[in-house]
Amino acid sequence: MKIKKNIAVSESGFLFDSNTGDSFSLNETGKQIVKMLNENRSEEEVRNYFLNNYDVEEGTFENNFNDFINMLQNLNLLENEG
Amino acid sequence: MATKEKLKYERPVINKINAGVTDKFGMSTKMEIIEEIDSVKITDLLNEYGSPVFAVSENTIRKTINELKQSFTTRYPKVQIAWSYKTNYLNAICKIYHSEGSWAEVVSMFEYEKAISNGVSAKKIIFNGPDKSKADLEKAINNGSYIHIDHFDELYDIIAISKTSKERPKVAIRVNMDTGIYPQWDRFGFNYENGEAWNALNRIMLSEKLDLVGLHTHIGTYILTPSAYGVAASKLSELAVKLDKKYNHKIKYIDMGGGFASKNTLKGAYLPGKDTCPTFDQYAEAITNAIINSEIDPQNMPTLFLETGRALIDDAGYIAGTVLANKRLASGRRSMIVDTGVNMLFTSFWYEHEIYPAQEVSSHTEDTTIYGPLCMNIDIIRSAINFPLLNKGDNYVLKRVGAYNMTQWMQFITLRPNIILIDTKGKTHVIRENETNETMTALEKIPEHLK
Ligand SMILES: Cc1ncc(COP(=O)(O)O)c(C=O)c1O
Repeated sequence: MKIKKNIAVSESGFLFDSNTGDSFSLNETGKQIVKMLNENRSEEEVRNYFLNNYDVEEGTFENNFNDFINMLQNLNLLENEG
Repeated sequence: MATKEKLKYERPVINKINAGVTDKFGMSTKMEIIEEIDSVKITDLLNEYGSPVFAVSENTIRKTINELKQSFTTRYPKVQIAWSYKTNYLNAICKIYHSEGSWAEVVSMFEYEKAISNGVSAKKIIFNGPDKSKADLEKAINNGSYIHIDHFDELYDIIAISKTSKERPKVAIRVNMDTGIYPQWDRFGFNYENGEAWNALNRIMLSEKLDLVGLHTHIGTYILTPSAYGVAASKLSELAVKLDKKYNHKIKYIDMGGGFASKNTLKGAYLPGKDTCPTFDQYAEAITNAIINSEIDPQNMPTLFLETGRALIDDAGYIAGTVLANKRLASGRRSMIVDTGVNMLFTSFWYEHEIYPAQEVSSHTEDTTIYGPLCMNIDIIRSAINFPLLNKGDNYVLKRVGAYNMTQWMQFITLRPNIILIDTKGKTHVIRENETNETMTALEKIPEHLK
């Protein structure tokens, strides 16, 4: 899973799609996930990072993570896999 | 045990930024947080009394009724408030109003007897409504309560009773009228414009068996235009003047009913209720000006009665509860399921109830639909609200739920929760216990063949 190349992410969680001109805002956790995806970290690594560092149960995170990835896909921000 | 302090988790979100577009109210969406009610922590309330829980602030009740009194008594010499029982008839709540000097306004024998058992003198009960049986009327007449007549059939019942009863019935009529507002309530009482009200007053006077003590109206509820009350007060004053002219009879009071708006936001309203709701001063100005400027003899000014309901108690009531789940709908919308359903929040059919997180949240929000826990499609608390990202297990507070919910709620699918009073010292008291399975089955009976 990778964020598209034409997308810039700022430190403050501001995301800009240079193809469409759309901009987006991320909250802290969203920003952290996008950052890790940009660093080519695996899903597994993201999950472990959150479970180790955040006060969250595995099931809840799993749900939220899948939902978040869906959102990124719907917004056309992810590289097409394969 | 983990040694490292973990970071507070919030579910990850991404929101598209629509430059220049504000929300419907054109205001910032910065969310207020309610962590306590009258210095009582929401988390403590929920831990002690379960989730969800109704909490009523005694402080707010007393403060609000004194604001209402202040607005009217500074403008008019004789003012009497009668607590409208149907708005919230929990005994503890009624007793607070009575301790502030309120009479009782009731619309059924059930409410009438509740008022008596709350220690209200029968002579300080106003008996309104279209449903009074002959037995109810006899009782109210013998006790010396004020009876507000709704229709001619009731008037004839009272005249019939008066022929044999020892006590003279003390009566008023309820008048409905055009005050310039829509909808005009014409199903209760006698109409002003078509002469029905004057006709009823003449019949009462000619019967010579009834004491005509007052004139009553209740022009509607959640009335946003104080001037409508001015019109109504003028019309009642007009009737008072006609009675004085024709019969040399002076009525003792004019009762303006209830109907002042609370600060809740009506569904479909463009601006939030807290910005559009008139003040007590505005209502008081309209009503008292109309009476004072009428032709009523200044030596015999009638007492002004008020039966204010929702505007007195809405702000004192809260529901605190817990998020059950978050869910993405097929349409892509975020939905949040909470443990307060429309079964205990009847007013969610009229209002966009204010809901707030009960703990720290980040400034991120998402367009959310908030559902109650019932397995019913109509169970929607807010259909669209920009709401912070609460997690399962987080707490929320619903504001301004003091009126009608604790009387119109229904036991449906699940049991009703505790109602807590927070007294003026910040101490909490259960004023209605949560229901149990036993409460619900106590009245049921099983026929022999099904045992
Ligand atoms: C006769 C009468 N008086 C007073 C009230 C209280 O009205 P509100 O809550 O609008 O002030 C009602 C409510 O229906 C009513 O019917």
